[in-house]
Amino acid sequence: MKKELLKFLAFAVLVLAAPYALSGGYIMNVLVFVGINTMLAVALNLLLGYAGQISLGHAGFFGLGAYLSGILTTTAGWNPWLVMPLAAALVGVMAFVIGFPILKLKGHYLAMATLGLGIIIYIVFNETVDYTGGPSGLSGIPNLSAGSITFDSDVKNYYLIWSFTLAVCLFAINLANSRVGRALRAIHDSEVAARVVGVNARLLKVQIFALSAMISALAGSLYAHTMTFISPASFGFNFSIELLTMVVIGGLGSIYGSFLGAALLTLLPEFLRAAQDYDIVIYGGMLMVMVMFMPGGLVRGVPDLVRKLVKPRGGDRHA
Amino acid sequence: MLRLKNINTYYGKVHALKNVSLHLAEGEIVTLIGANGAGKTTILNTISGVTPAAAGELQFNKETISALAPDRIVKLGISQVPEGRQVFKPLSVEDNLELGAYLRYRNREGKDTIHKDMEQIFTLFPRLEERRRQLAGTMSGGEQQMLAIGRALMAKPRMLLLDEPSMGLAPLVVQEIFKVLAQLRQEHGTTILLVEQNAKAALKLADRGYVLETGKVILEGQADELLENAEVKRAYLGKDKKEIWER
Repeated sequence: MKKELLKFLAFAVLVLAAPYALSGGYIMNVLVFVGINTMLAVALNLLLGYAGQISLGHAGFFGLGAYLSGILTTTAGWNPWLVMPLAAALVGVMAFVIGFPILKLKGHYLAMATLGLGIIIYIVFNETVDYTGGPSGLSGIPNLSAGSITFDSDVKNYYLIWSFTLAVCLFAINLANSRVGRALRAIHDSEVAARVVGVNARLLKVQIFALSAMISALAGSLYAHTMTFISPASFGFNFSIELLTMVVIGGLGSIYGSFLGAALLTLLPEFLRAAQDYDIVIYGGMLMVMVMFMPGGLVRGVPDLVRKLVKPRGGDRHA
Repeated sequence: MLRLKNINTYYGKVHALKNVSLHLAEGEIVTLIGANGAGKTTILNTISGVTPAAAGELQFNKETISALAPDRIVKLGISQVPEGRQVFKPLSVEDNLELGAYLRYRNREGKDTIHKDMEQIFTLFPRLEERRRQLAGTMSGGEQQMLAIGRALMAKPRMLLLDEPSMGLAPLVVQEIFKVLAQLRQEHGTTILLVEQNAKAALKLADRGYVLETGKVILEGQADELLENAEVKRAYLGKDKKEIWER
């Protein structure tokens, strides 16, 4: 546990010091997205990597958080800090209620059901034009502010988002190493055996689904306030798949893996801009190669690779 | 202590248990024997709440427990060692044992008492201690069986439901495991319901036995009587079989 804490502190220091090493609004802006995506990937990883339950609808929860914050702070004029926990709670309750019937399904069927849920939410964003502005989106969402500071610049937003991201990571690490985390991994491995040792698997699955949705909604609220403009296109099916890819590429069942996956999938397209028309091809090719050669994800694959490079095959094992 | 009255259990439309009635007194070791598909595992799953009964009554210490979920059953003091061991393979031996105490953590029992109990499991099965940080899936079948029993014991059960603990294990390992079962009863008064293919070993350990056939209890009695029963001998112990040769 102490080791976990040290690892987290090192990670936190790295994150908080990054703006001093890097400069330029553009990279800061991208790193804000890395923060939001890390939050989302961690949320999905709790569900997929730990409890072993897939969701292809998480972009929907993300969008619900964003729209609830967006609508309630603009049209209704409520305090953003008040709306944020309220939106997370509402989305959590919704996921909890929907979770009971949905999480009885397993594997491909669960994937289909959550996919359907995500699509329904997406359609609601598009069609309830009076509230959401429909396909043309919702603008004029206020920036968050605390005292005299308004989070309106890239660096300020970086610290805002990443303090939430770090909090989410710390929470997730603690959860993963608790008895609940063990129970989640137990459900992942064998639901029957988990039930036999006294884990209420049905309830716990729904609870982690709701928690995961709540974190996603929180990320959505933060996204809305930093972007100040949202439209349904950001919360579609594609983004759910992208989140899933982040979790898998980063490493299932690893919080830092989720960060690596989110960072890679957010940064890569930016760097690949240089390749112009070929960027998508290179991007897809790289994902395929990574899944083939690092089936455990970046978090396990990269250290393995380093070890192989340092100690080539057939090298002196006795040294 | 435990009483099943006219239990009927279905898998979809398949009628797996037909009016099964049986009982266990406190501190008893009772075995269920029968061929594949006779309903032995289903009886255990019905008791533990994994496959609830459609009709009939299940009583534990005179309380009706027929409709309870598995976690409530564990809380009452009945732990199951499921068929095929079902240890959590990607988790360490320690994590597996701690999961056995899952409900005790929720009751805010101190970590110290739970860790003390874990040490007790290690005295019972010293081989597990050597492998405490190893992943359960990388251990041998016998070690996994020991872990499965240890995990069930971590819940501090008053009754243990064991599903074919000898499955696929070397005779020496089976002996070791059966010795521990006898020891559990002697030292802790644990009541044991044992399902076995290895009828001979099971009847030698048990006080009483039930013989099942296609979802019905067809025979019950003292274990030593069953060992001598001609029908049991022929069908389950492989003795006194008529030599039939084609000529």
